[in-house]
Amino acid sequence: MKKKLLLGSLLGVMLVGGIIFAADHIDAPAVTGSGSTSLGNDITDIYAFQSPSDNSKMVFTMNVQGLLSPAATAAATFPSNVMYEFNIDNTGDNVEDLVIQCLVQNGKMRVYGPVAVGTPGLSSTVKTSGAVTEVSVTSYASSTSPSVATNSNGTRVFAGPRDDPFFFDLVRYLDILSGAQTGFRTTGVDTFAGSNVMSIVVEVPKSLLGTAASINVWGETKTK
Amino acid sequence: MIRFNKFSIIAILALGFVIVSCDKKDAPSDSFDTSGTYTQIDQMGRPAINTVFSSSADKNAFNSTEPSKMGTAFQSKFQSRLLALNAGYTTNALTQTASQFTTLLATDVLNVKMNGTTTFFDGTNVLTGRALADDVIDVELLLIFGGPTGGSNPGLTKDNVNANDKSFSSTFPYLATPF
Repeated sequence: MKKKLLLGSLLGVMLVGGIIFAADHIDAPAVTGSGSTSLGNDITDIYAFQSPSDNSKMVFTMNVQGLLSPAATAAATFPSNVMYEFNIDNTGDNVEDLVIQCLVQNGKMRVYGPVAVGTPGLSSTVKTSGAVTEVSVTSYASSTSPSVATNSNGTRVFAGPRDDPFFFDLVRYLDILSGAQTGFRTTGVDTFAGSNVMSIVVEVPKSLLGTAASINVWGETKTK
Repeated sequence: MIRFNKFSIIAILALGFVIVSCDKKDAPSDSFDTSGTYTQIDQMGRPAINTVFSSSADKNAFNSTEPSKMGTAFQSKFQSRLLALNAGYTTNALTQTASQFTTLLATDVLNVKMNGTTTFFDGTNVLTGRALADDVIDVELLLIFGGPTGGSNPGLTKDNVNANDKSFSSTFPYLATPF
């Protein structure tokens, strides 16, 4: 039943193509193509929050490859030609000062940084001069006991499939946009219920992020 | 003779296995490719910005524009889109005019406070981060459709999906296990 519902939702999303409204799931043509390479580029959501377990640390999360059905999740991977990069501006000019770069090869994710960006912008090389934390990508089969690596500098990292934390009655919203409905349901239906994402979670000591009272954060996927 | 050959083969296989094992153990960094230049494909700060406010023609361009250049490139387009979604927009619950609101949104970064509560909006704190459980869609609907008091267009200001379908963990990595 759940699978059927999910399939219906997916069809709905595919049919409406360019006008979807879903955090950032399949937001642009370049990240909407079929195949894991383009899906692996597609950021669904970025989160940045103080660690629930240690308020001296900040958690950054990047989710990619949205709307994975349970049946499709075991086969989902992080493509090896993609860099998953958290950008951090700690001087208030919306230009990144620090980056955290994540690469996945042969079932391992390496996380470089936080490290000074060097040259900011649309192109990146791997900043191998920074701290490196390596973790095995958690498989779907072992997702109840996630693989976590901790660096001696206090950084913790995870990569693998998780439930999509995003929730929204997307189907109803699309009906409103098309004029078929005039408002939301009194009890909404989460279009993303029962679907998974590929998730990267990096927790770092705040002391590694500079001394600013506030920072600006965004995620990027880059390919080579 | 046959026996000797078998033994040799086993010995060679054993030796090969040892050599392979040594390679894996001693030189992991050499097998990890850090070469090359990576070029930007997708970008995201706040939820749903590109999907809602960019036209179909601009979506790829938005994803490959540096945040410091987004305001100049996209603010006026975002303002037109806001007024297309809500022709009656005056100000929102943050007292922002259409120009002020879209100036904020067009630079697509998450503002994060380094100390204290980190949330998109929790009733008190506004745009101090984004936590997993934040109902970000309701916040954005309220700011787009709710008018200065949040009371305008009541059918459009919340989707009535108020939480994720799985609860989050208090321990790392915090996100729920997959379905």
